[in-house]
Amino acid sequence: MTGFVALDDVSHVYGGTGGTLAVEGLSLHVNRGEFAAVVGPSGCGKSTLMKLATGLQFPFRGTVQVAGERVTKPVKIAGMAFQAPTLLPWRNTLENLLLPLEIVEPHRSRLSAHKAEYVARAKNLLTSVGLRDQGDKFPWELSGGMQQRTSLCRALIHEPDLLMLDEPFGALDAFTREELWGVIRDLHAARKITVVLVTHDLREAVFLADRIFVMSARPGRVLTERVVDIPRPRDLEVTFTPAFTAIVQELREHIVRARQ
Amino acid sequence: MSKTPLAIRLAPWIATIALIAVWELAVDLFKIPQFFLPSPWAVGKAIVEYWPALYRNSLFTLSTTLVGFALAVGFGLLLGLAVGWSRAINAGIYPLMIGFNAIPKVAVVPILVLWFGIGFVPAVLTAFLISFFPIVVNVATGLATIEPELEDVLKALGASKLDIMRKVGIPRALPYFFGSLKVAITLAFVGSVISESVASNTGIGNLMLQAQAQFQVPLIFAGLVALAVEGIVMYALMAMLEARMTGWAQRSGFAQG
Ligand SMILES: Nc1ncnc2c1ncn2[C@@H]1O[C@H](COP(=O)(O)OP(=O)(O)OP(=O)(O)O)[C@@H](O)[C@H]1O
Ligand SMILES: [Mg+2]
Repeated sequence: MTGFVALDDVSHVYGGTGGTLAVEGLSLHVNRGEFAAVVGPSGCGKSTLMKLATGLQFPFRGTVQVAGERVTKPVKIAGMAFQAPTLLPWRNTLENLLLPLEIVEPHRSRLSAHKAEYVARAKNLLTSVGLRDQGDKFPWELSGGMQQRTSLCRALIHEPDLLMLDEPFGALDAFTREELWGVIRDLHAARKITVVLVTHDLREAVFLADRIFVMSARPGRVLTERVVDIPRPRDLEVTFTPAFTAIVQELREHIVRARQ
Repeated sequence: MSKTPLAIRLAPWIATIALIAVWELAVDLFKIPQFFLPSPWAVGKAIVEYWPALYRNSLFTLSTTLVGFALAVGFGLLLGLAVGWSRAINAGIYPLMIGFNAIPKVAVVPILVLWFGIGFVPAVLTAFLISFFPIVVNVATGLATIEPELEDVLKALGASKLDIMRKVGIPRALPYFFGSLKVAITLAFVGSVISESVASNTGIGNLMLQAQAQFQVPLIFAGLVALAVEGIVMYALMAMLEARMTGWAQRSGFAQG
């Protein structure tokens, strides 16, 4: 069985032969609509995995498939968000959100004729992440958390089938982070989108994901998969239950071992 | 933007007046002869006395500078875009450009005279040659320093290189470009004056050379003052243009090169 995102026995080297072996023999399958989390020691190749899955890098061995097709160029269907919000400072929030629509077809050719429709969509999205009426603010007028929400919205505006999040909440304080967990959880539930989330926060992984992949130290490969069987919808309260803590503890042991 | 305090607004005037006062006092106190260092008063008198010549030659210098500068802006922008666009073009052209920039432009003037005669054309070309380099470097830097993560976000959407340049590269290169104009315009003046003082019958550079030959030291200084005034005015214009065109960069604390 192949998943919606499928990496099979993938190895990747940065900087040509003799360069850094980032991942080796990495296999990972994520089903359509699934929320997958990837955890592992720092530098183990998690960001590399994201780049391979979106066609920003190509493996020297193994195959990468997305939506049943071999990835040979950037995938076009992915929304991405990173730890840094990377908003354009010369555009206000709303204009920042419209950026992907200026690139992705069919929106690209429809945008100027159906501007109002797209602006309404952007405003809805902003409202859904608690940024109602912030559309005309510029990025530097927003707090870090608000910028990160905007960055998430930008990743979602073209309604991608695949959402790739690389430590999107890494730079935020604990309260804002937990608030955004709720935002992501609801977006995933509402849109049935496939999500791959890279994180260092094990609680975050367990709270959000259906399945968690634990990676080894560099060169990275998948050590274990852990299905999170906590029923949805999940509330923040769930993070205080023994079942939740047990999974977090189990993952922590895997990572401690992986680091050795 | 908040209002600038009075002290800050007055500071440039106070500093200028203080400099003139110290200069005047020093000349009087140490009895410095006029043919060595004329007092500001003597320079002022020379400005009034030779006003028509100063005015005419200043206009000439200003015109050669501006034409050379305009060429530098056009050419610098194009070359900067090319260098920022392609790593291969960058690798090929950069060493050439650095080598070229290292050549003292005064050494190039005789060649220009050989090709184009004296006067307007070599002055324009010297101004151009000396001032395009910072524009190229700045535009290329603006393009080359796009955050890799932002580039990834756009590429994963299927953006072409042209898309990335249009949506991100060029807007973010603009503050670098407008910032470089301030440097380029002052360099263009240097170029014009160099060429005029070697190979021209007009222009402030030529005026100062003639004044020197006739020991009219106050007139030399009057020429310097004229250049300084033109330089300050053009610099201020470029700074205003910069603030107008890329206000977002200043308000957001965008990194400037
Ligand atoms: N562009 C690059 N050029 C060369 N080496 C790279 C590059 N990007 C990553 N690497 C190397 O590949 C390895 C994996 O990097 P990667 O960024 O995928 O790790 P990561 O798991 O995302 O780490 P972190 O948790 O710290 O973000 C590291 O050893 C890194 O030094
Ligand atoms: Mg990483």
